[in-house]
Amino acid sequence: MSDTHFLEVNGLEISARINMPGEPSRKIILVDNISFNLKRGEVLGLIGESGAGKSTIGLAAMSYGRSGCEISGGSIKIEGDDILKMNAKQVNEIRGTRVAYVAQSAAASFNPAHRIGDQVIEVALEHKLMSKSEALEYADILYEKLGLPDPKNFGKRYPHQVSGGQLQRAMTVMALCAKPDLIVFDEPTTALDVTTQIEVLATIKTAIEDTGVAALYITHDLAVVAQVSDQIMVLRNGKMVEYGTTDEIINHAQQKYTQDLVSIRAMEKPEQALPDSPAILQVNHISAAYDGVNKILKDVTLELHAGQTLSIVGESGSGKSTLARVITGLLPQMEGEIVFNGESLSKALKDRVPEQLRDLQMIYQMADVAMNPRHTIGQIIGRPIEFYFGIKGAENRRRTIELLDQIELGEKYIDRYPAELSGGQKQRVCIARALAAKPSLIICDEVTSALDPLVADGILQLLMELQKKHNIAYLFITHDLATVKAISDSIAVMYQGSLVRFGQKSAVLSPPFDDYTDMLLSSVPQMELGWLEKVLSTRKMQSADN
Amino acid sequence: MISVIIFAGTELLPGDVAQSILGQSATPEAVQNLRLEMGLDKPAITRYFSWLVNIFQGDLGTSLSSGRAISDMIGDRFSNTLFLAASAAIVAVPLAIFLGLIAVLHRDGIIDKFISITTLSMISLPEFFIGYLLILFIAVDLNWLPSSSIIYDSMSFGEQLKAIALPCITLTLVVLAHMMRMTRAAILNVMSSPYIETAQLKGLSSFKIIFHHAFPNAISPIITVVVLNLAYLVVGVVVVEIIFVYPGMGQLLVDHVTNRDIPVVQAVGLIFAAIYILLNVFADVMAIIANPRLRHPK
Repeated sequence: MSDTHFLEVNGLEISARINMPGEPSRKIILVDNISFNLKRGEVLGLIGESGAGKSTIGLAAMSYGRSGCEISGGSIKIEGDDILKMNAKQVNEIRGTRVAYVAQSAAASFNPAHRIGDQVIEVALEHKLMSKSEALEYADILYEKLGLPDPKNFGKRYPHQVSGGQLQRAMTVMALCAKPDLIVFDEPTTALDVTTQIEVLATIKTAIEDTGVAALYITHDLAVVAQVSDQIMVLRNGKMVEYGTTDEIINHAQQKYTQDLVSIRAMEKPEQALPDSPAILQVNHISAAYDGVNKILKDVTLELHAGQTLSIVGESGSGKSTLARVITGLLPQMEGEIVFNGESLSKALKDRVPEQLRDLQMIYQMADVAMNPRHTIGQIIGRPIEFYFGIKGAENRRRTIELLDQIELGEKYIDRYPAELSGGQKQRVCIARALAAKPSLIICDEVTSALDPLVADGILQLLMELQKKHNIAYLFITHDLATVKAISDSIAVMYQGSLVRFGQKSAVLSPPFDDYTDMLLSSVPQMELGWLEKVLSTRKMQSADN
Repeated sequence: MISVIIFAGTELLPGDVAQSILGQSATPEAVQNLRLEMGLDKPAITRYFSWLVNIFQGDLGTSLSSGRAISDMIGDRFSNTLFLAASAAIVAVPLAIFLGLIAVLHRDGIIDKFISITTLSMISLPEFFIGYLLILFIAVDLNWLPSSSIIYDSMSFGEQLKAIALPCITLTLVVLAHMMRMTRAAILNVMSSPYIETAQLKGLSSFKIIFHHAFPNAISPIITVVVLNLAYLVVGVVVVEIIFVYPGMGQLLVDHVTNRDIPVVQAVGLIFAAIYILLNVFADVMAIIANPRLRHPK
């Protein structure tokens, strides 16, 4: 037994069996020959795209495989004992007590039927590590340490009664409560807004330092993992790409793939000057509500010029998607006017003329659900060509192929079904479908949010090329400031239904800032060591000044 | 609405109460006189509304064949039916949920399959078949329990329970499968939730996960199906009561359908409908109570 390493993973292999009807079942390797060691108090960041096997490795550290997965080789030793050789009872003894898990979506991972406090102390009670009063007392200390409001009474609330950021911290409390030696953090901040993410990140970091646990930190965001890890392992398709200290990975990456990940946020489009021509889209004093009473949008005014990109940025609940619904006519506004191509659009969708509908297309976040799974790619793209221009047959096919070429997929995809395509390819098909109508404005609602960084990068580049070629304007809705910087000509910052800041990119992103924009911009994780501490100390100083 | 359907349904029944009271040999004049006396000559709409008004005043009317007040006739019978249905429910509901939990615990194993096959076979057989099988084996061959379930007020509670044992078992077997399958399906549905994974990663035992973490979240569909089956127990006992000669509402209904005693049939139908609606309202209320989001608003 090694006296320094708490966790030793050696030659780990995880596989899944695929049983297709009519074929012999075959084994696919999800995780291939992964080895690493972890001391107490150390944090290892596992980073990679979806399908890289990072969550699978994290769960394997608890001897858990999601359905169909099987740990088929190697060893995972906790203080010298191989947990893969243990029986179910011994594994249950380890889970929660020595190794604990913090999931990506705390909202889904808390049982809605029980109070938070009961779930937090459950491990300690179930494994008889503490008496109930001891556990409750320790939980109160942890609530306070992780900055949860009203720590004495926090545990009495139900999961739906607290916010997402609070729930994510409560999940960390739940993991810490039984005083484990290792915590697996599986994308703990991915589902949160940036301004919430920075707080949760800071509390997780403090909690790790104070309690001296070891941690596996799983994420797809290199900038985030750089803030909390001592070491980083880069994974791709289940294989290790690079493994080193955080400094080595961030500042001296050896592999091309790692370098791509590090430089991903560097892309930036030069801003176009405002043309003299009138704007293609004018949003004038729009207010809207879903129930007719509580306004989700409050007096929003902005404009967008032909061939330019306007990014609307804000956190969840800021009203950015509602604005898109008003512009498309899905939600009639209460007050204000939408002017598109010089014509005032009627409030309701059914009163708009086909020409207006054709000229304004939309691309959604979830490419999978935006396409009919029983139509071929050719049918999906060919449909708007027929619908708007009445073109059928060979000419329709010719234009479909032309569009497929433009989205860099090519003719061979024309008879395939959406299920055969990857996430990025599906989003490209959605772009082609929007393009088929030859619109002058496309509303893009979080189109890259569900995609891996490198794939998202490809989509953004494609959109920029198409913009140049066809002079299309984009209304780009996103919560990701890196994307905003990369593609915008002008930016609108929204907060709780109101427009906080609007103007050319250079103006919006340079000081003096209003308070909200300042907080939003400074919360975006930067690809540098010690960024988190720097931001937090600046914020402390500012609040001390006030 | 239901009152309209019941009234229309009974109006459509062939035959005539006056004819059946007086028998085959009655002269047409006598039948006509009796019809007038009973008000059967008035148009259906008029009779419907006077019937409805009376019901709202708590008057179910009088039986055409015996001349007694229907509420008196129903009183005892109704409590007998409720007694039988409640006994069956007390056995069937916990048993179904327990079997459902066991089936989930041993999902896709032999025990799960055995429970499914047995309960599904039972639901596939009609009540009268199961009832007569039980009479044949338990009452006739083994002579453990009586085959007829006539109960009197003078019987002790124990004797009454013994008398209704067979119809109770029959009803239990009939409703068991539905509730058990739904319990199993509802819990399995919840078992794929992320919070079940959380519970597994806390190192909890399978039983604790199913009972403490999955069951409370599956309770609302389970309540719905349980209540539906309770309604079936009350309303659907007709056949079982006939088989076991049990003096309940079902037998009352069948007897008076045979006599063309329309007011009794209407009253019984209306009571059954009311029970059905009440139980469904109860299910909705319970589902709301079971939902923590509704119990503990933000």
